Amino acid sequence: MNIITNLFSSSVGKKYIMAVTGFSLFGFVIAHLIGNLQIFLGPEAINRYGHFLQSNMEIIWPARIGLLVIIALHIWAAIKISAENKAARPVAYAEYNPTVASYASRTMLMSGLIVFFFILYHLLHFTVQVDQVNLTGKSFVNLHDAEGRHDVFAMMVLGFSKPIVSLFYIIAISLLSLHLSHGVRSMFQSLGWKKKSYANVLHCFATGVSIFIFVGYVSIPIAILLGFGKEALSK
Amino acid sequence: MNLTLKVWRQKNPNDAGGIVTYDANDIIPDMSFLEMLDVVNEDLISRGEEPIAFDSDCREGICGTCSMVIDGIAHGGQRGTTVCQLHMRHFNDGDTITIEPWRAKAFPVIKDLVTDRSAFDRIIESGGFVSVNTGGTPDGNTLPIPKVDADEAMDAAACIGCGACVAACKNASAMLFVSAKVSHLALLPQGKPEAERRVLKMVKAMDEAGFGNCTVTGSCEAVCPKEISLDFIAKLNREFGKAILKNRAERQVAD
Ligand code: HEM
Ligand code: FES
Repeated sequence: MNIITNLFSSSVGKKYIMAVTGFSLFGFVIAHLIGNLQIFLGPEAINRYGHFLQSNMEIIWPARIGLLVIIALHIWAAIKISAENKAARPVAYAEYNPTVASYASRTMLMSGLIVFFFILYHLLHFTVQVDQVNLTGKSFVNLHDAEGRHDVFAMMVLGFSKPIVSLFYIIAISLLSLHLSHGVRSMFQSLGWKKKSYANVLHCFATGVSIFIFVGYVSIPIAILLGFGKEALSK
Repeated sequence: MNLTLKVWRQKNPNDAGGIVTYDANDIIPDMSFLEMLDVVNEDLISRGEEPIAFDSDCREGICGTCSMVIDGIAHGGQRGTTVCQLHMRHFNDGDTITIEPWRAKAFPVIKDLVTDRSAFDRIIESGGFVSVNTGGTPDGNTLPIPKVDADEAMDAAACIGCGACVAACKNASAMLFVSAKVSHLALLPQGKPEAERRVLKMVKAMDEAGFGNCTVTGSCEAVCPKEISLDFIAKLNREFGKAILKNRAERQVAD
């Protein structure tokens, strides 16, 4: 048995895959949040950032392909593990009390799957910019600022000015935060990076970082619905 | 006290089985849960009915034989306690109590509340041997072992193999059991030479038996009568990782 078969066929190995891919996605979620929060610095900052990403194909395409592979592996492991877990208890209990198992830990597959469908929508909405899904009746592709760069600021303000779209984002972010409140704790455990001496620190980190992600991401649509960046709507 | 019991009855491994309701009358609060079932069984026998089959042996909380899920919680929900050490004073007069066997593909029901837990024996067997020199009794402390390591190994070795971790886990995972067995040997110098082989083989045997995967819900730790810590699962994961990275388990001893 070599490393590859041990990783892909054993229970513990599949959890490593889950944890390493989960960790990478978690890192992306944090980096993406920091990038997005630049909207609060005004159009210049976020448009410059958008232009920087768009004009460096040798950075953005490897990153995109990497993320695609990572999420595919994460979902593959999630579905495989969940199917095995279901098969491991063919007869259900008439009465079952999960005791200390948190709501987040019992709903990982569901929260993950909904987040996945959200990601598909999000890509069509802001990355591919399919006009039909933004529900504003306007086109995002044609938004440009005075310097001829894609006007990311106006696109975000316009996109989130539709309450139903903002609501979907807020629900998805809530589920992502729920997923990560358990996921971050779980990934340290799965990789064996946990000892009694710092178990409490990990616990607090997982909770804290999930709250940070929730507040950070949700602040954008909420601020826009409350009128932030209104001036961009006249474009 | 008078109780209503809803008990899983199943004649044999192939029978579909189902919940049957019984009255348990005149129960003394100082009785253990198993003694309460003994009273119910006496009554069933006197009426010419088949008594409820359940496992027990030591009845003092150390053998790990007794095994039932009470109101949805393995061993009944009193922390650090096996069913034989659970007393009726923790219930109230008039309660309805649901009693079911451990539920897992790897633990098929033999009869009523009795399950076949030999999958655990196969995991232990797969762990193989520990190299210890034969000959005269070695002097005490010949092998220096730090106190903290000895304590941690003892905490892991406290596992009595009852299977409550599997019963309580929503995935029917045996990780807590396997982690206790792997850890207690991996922490001691006597267990080190075979540590890499052992963890790979035990995880393989665990997977082959049809147990689920750990998703770190913590239910196992909560019901464990010996309060084995979830941290041992992290240790198992670490041991497994080291073993596959070194990738030399096969080269050590051919067997
Ligand atoms: C941005 C997207 C996502 C992030 C950041 C993320 C993050 C994580 C992390 C850090 C873990 C913990 C790994 C471990 O248990 O060791 C995890 C576990 C898991 N994820 Fe995700 N995930 C994402 C998307 C998804 C999707 C799309 C699915 C659904 C198919 C999914 C399903 C699961 C499942 C079932 C687990 C295992 C649950 C457990 O071990 O308790 N995740 N995820
Ligand atoms: S009968 Fe031995 S532990 Fe309960």
